[in-house]
Amino acid sequence: MRIVKEFTKGFTTQLPPFRLVLGLCPTLAVTTTVENGIGMGMAATFVLVCSNVLISLLRKLIPPKVRIACFIVLIASFVVIVELVMKAFFFQLSQSLGIFIPLIVVNCIILGRAEAFAAKNPVHLSAADGLGVGLGFTLSLAVLGAVREILGAGTFLGHSVFGNSFEPFAFMAQAPGAFVGLGALLFIMNAYDRFRSRVRTA
Amino acid sequence: MELVLLVIGAILVKNILLMKYLGNCPFLGVSKQMETAVGMSMAVVFTMTVASVITWLVSRSILIPFGLEYLRTIAFILVIAALVQFVEIFMKKTLPALYQALGIFLPLITTNCAILGVAIICVDNDYNFVEMVVFAIASAIGFGLALVLFAGIRERFRISRIPQPLQDTAIALITAGLMSLAFLGFKGLA
Repeated sequence: MRIVKEFTKGFTTQLPPFRLVLGLCPTLAVTTTVENGIGMGMAATFVLVCSNVLISLLRKLIPPKVRIACFIVLIASFVVIVELVMKAFFFQLSQSLGIFIPLIVVNCIILGRAEAFAAKNPVHLSAADGLGVGLGFTLSLAVLGAVREILGAGTFLGHSVFGNSFEPFAFMAQAPGAFVGLGALLFIMNAYDRFRSRVRTA
Repeated sequence: MELVLLVIGAILVKNILLMKYLGNCPFLGVSKQMETAVGMSMAVVFTMTVASVITWLVSRSILIPFGLEYLRTIAFILVIAALVQFVEIFMKKTLPALYQALGIFLPLITTNCAILGVAIICVDNDYNFVEMVVFAIASAIGFGLALVLFAGIRERFRISRIPQPLQDTAIALITAGLMSLAFLGFKGLA
């Protein structure tokens, strides 16, 4: 049941960007709302699954010395596809994600999975790995987006949460809120892990 | 006058690391020591300027005249990857001292989204040549400024007592948030 293991590790030991501290720029930048977070996560997941599958298929053909350049070209092709599809069908979302769609190319998670996993493993495992890590990334973005949207704008997916009397923290919607929010979530996860390991040993 | 505003804007008001969220992986990755932070900043200043000039030329002289704007992402990342490799080889032969100082950071720069980000911003905003060069240099200086300041703060962490779950990345992110809050104060400048 290795395929299940490769899929679920994206939510547990390899959960980006908390367990794997990679791909921080899109995480911080687009999580002003839940919707943007999920959109970004889905775009990255698509690129990650496609590039993992293709790199895994071509892993015996790509000469090891120029592998990074090959990976980047493959990833960039999928990013262009995503860019064009988003512009055609999700124009609003592509406007709010802006420059961060082309920047999926340099998202270290994607290159990292290509190098660490897809270049060494067969296709079905690479696909499971890509899907797991991608969905884990989407989940993290959605959680951070939810925290920032609820506190920063008082809404969740555009619906008001607290009613009219709520004064939003403008801080959370801006850059500092992104850093502090991610730091706080990471702190909560670490504290929870510590608590759990202490319970287990006691 | 407009160029001065562009410089202030790029260094302080829209600081590329703290306000535009570009290049955050090296920001957290190499900021544990002052020396590496300075090395990385220098490498970024150099590469960002050269990369922006070349991608701007590629965009103006190849992509736009032939109607190939949709290939921008692929073209730019290839140019940057090739450029970084070239700079590395060139520096090794001609400027060994500088290579010693910057060498290890150069390969990392290919996947630094700040470089590609600035190149794309220059093209998106239709900057002319002078504006583009000024903007690239100023953004890189802003990157260096934030990175060096941050490294200075992070060096102090080693002698302070931080609660265990907050250690390393979590406290770094929160510190970055506070720095970003300070930079938010420059908003009135430009």
